[in-house]
Amino acid sequence: MIPTDDTADTGAAPESGYTFGYLDEQTKRMIRRAILKAVAVPGYQVPFAGREMPLPYGWGTGGIQVTASIIGPDDVLKVIDQGADDTTNAVSIRRFFRRVTGVATTERTAEATLIQTRHRVPETPLGPGQILVYQVPIPEPLRMMEPRETETRRMHALADYGVMHVTLYEDIAQHGRIATAYNYPVTANGRYVMSPSPIPKFDNPKMHDAPFLQLFGAGREKRIYAVPPHTSVVSLDFEDHPFQVQSWERICDLCGADDSYLDEVIADDEGSRLFVCSDSDHCAGRRAAGYRGPRADSQAGVALTDAMAAVKREHERDRPAPPSSEEMGP
Amino acid sequence: MTALCAARLDAGAAGDDIPLLRADGVTKWYGARLGCAGVTFDLYPGEVLGVVGESGSGKSTLLGVLSGRMPPDAGGVHYRMGGGADLTDIHALPEGRRRLLMRTDWGVVHQNPRDGLRMGVSAGANIGERPMAVGARHYGTLRGQAGDWLSRVEIDADRIDDRPSGFSGGMQQRLQIARVLVNGPRLVFMDEPTGGLDVSVQARLLDLLRDLVARLGLAAVIVTHDLAVARLLAHRLMVMKDGRAVEQGLTDQVLDDPRHPYTQLLVSSVLQA
Repeated sequence: MIPTDDTADTGAAPESGYTFGYLDEQTKRMIRRAILKAVAVPGYQVPFAGREMPLPYGWGTGGIQVTASIIGPDDVLKVIDQGADDTTNAVSIRRFFRRVTGVATTERTAEATLIQTRHRVPETPLGPGQILVYQVPIPEPLRMMEPRETETRRMHALADYGVMHVTLYEDIAQHGRIATAYNYPVTANGRYVMSPSPIPKFDNPKMHDAPFLQLFGAGREKRIYAVPPHTSVVSLDFEDHPFQVQSWERICDLCGADDSYLDEVIADDEGSRLFVCSDSDHCAGRRAAGYRGPRADSQAGVALTDAMAAVKREHERDRPAPPSSEEMGP
Repeated sequence: MTALCAARLDAGAAGDDIPLLRADGVTKWYGARLGCAGVTFDLYPGEVLGVVGESGSGKSTLLGVLSGRMPPDAGGVHYRMGGGADLTDIHALPEGRRRLLMRTDWGVVHQNPRDGLRMGVSAGANIGERPMAVGARHYGTLRGQAGDWLSRVEIDADRIDDRPSGFSGGMQQRLQIARVLVNGPRLVFMDEPTGGLDVSVQARLLDLLRDLVARLGLAAVIVTHDLAVARLLAHRLMVMKDGRAVEQGLTDQVLDDPRHPYTQLLVSSVLQA
């Protein structure tokens, strides 16, 4: 996956004037070193000299740097934001990589070799050949309880993690259950407490003993951490309040899936609400396979499907065109 | 006679005649300024040592070194770990073990409860933090324990989910004490535990402390500038002046028959109400 010599210039032709993957070779080398260290010590936050990227902090600068360092000309890239391929951030980052690397991009989880994600793990199970890169805003799981970086590092070094359970205790005391719904802290490989990035806790079980490599990049905080394949990732809990994922009383209104993470969306100007899969590829794939949700044919359902199809058409129209001089992003 | 000797030997085996904590010439400099110098004493299980002296006499420095939070420049602090008879130099322990020790066997009560409490989480979570840090993972048990300790320090059980920022100063201090005592420590360090509280609250807190210390058989080092507090709580007293221990002895003896001129001054300058 990692090319030895990054002067590779494939048929798709990245825009001239850019190094393959935007970052210069020394930077990629430095980031790969950090990634190797992170893989060797699962859950440990490796500091790295993060670069300025052509988009603001908080938009995925960490994930982009990780992706840019490991992407090769043969990779097929998928970018998702909140589970969807058609959101602004996903579209911009995908376009960015197409421009600076010329690699093939896809919306289909199964076809991708490299997936950069924000806020979700895809519903379609990933396989051993795939790498998942997470964008992380706050890599430090102890930050809410301990503002001092020197102290949190020491707490990690000494595995001094009692305060993590203080937050969970507080949740139960206030809400009667562990109400933390995303960014739910985990222990990686039985040692380091790690922030899984703001994915819903629904996705936490997918990280455990996963066959694929998981890399986490935090651009503002300049930290990289990783979970290598087949590593234990255990969510923290209490004996009498075990870890549980969210469940819904409904199924996806468009595709009828009863096992996916649902988003509530407003579908039209009348304020009709639908519950639909947050993973747009999963939902579209099921619909293509003939599954129908209870409201797929309702006015709101049709309106939403049309809107998604329009975004997709726009994306496809955008794909074959040679990179233009127009600025990326919203 | 033989039986009596055997009984005495048994008592020895239980370790009551081996010091729990030994300070050996503890010296701490802040650059060219002296924090404290050559402080030496033994503290036995169940004993309460009062440290009195004016502001700047090195009391808090001494407490910081004794409780492992500051390394001494000379001398050492030795503690009898677990059930053994050996004294361990606590400053030579790796930091992880020292932290564990501070969570299990030891407790520190700060003068300002804000230093000892987590103000952002509820009273129950504050009490539960130490048990959770050493591996308690049952919410129901933690909750029961927190309720029990709240009642023991005379805080209403229905305040368990309130944050300490909404508590009065006296309640915060009592909560801090509950948080420290919940793991059943053997040795507690208190830095002016009643400082900043009004006299009636102070009296109740002292009552509570005296009761808890006696009932739990705690050993304690209490730093105070208030001789009345020392008289009430401490078995033995150490008087500090300019970083040195100028006088040590039984509390009543030191207060009723002070030998060192400074102690005489200290005792005579107490206002008689």
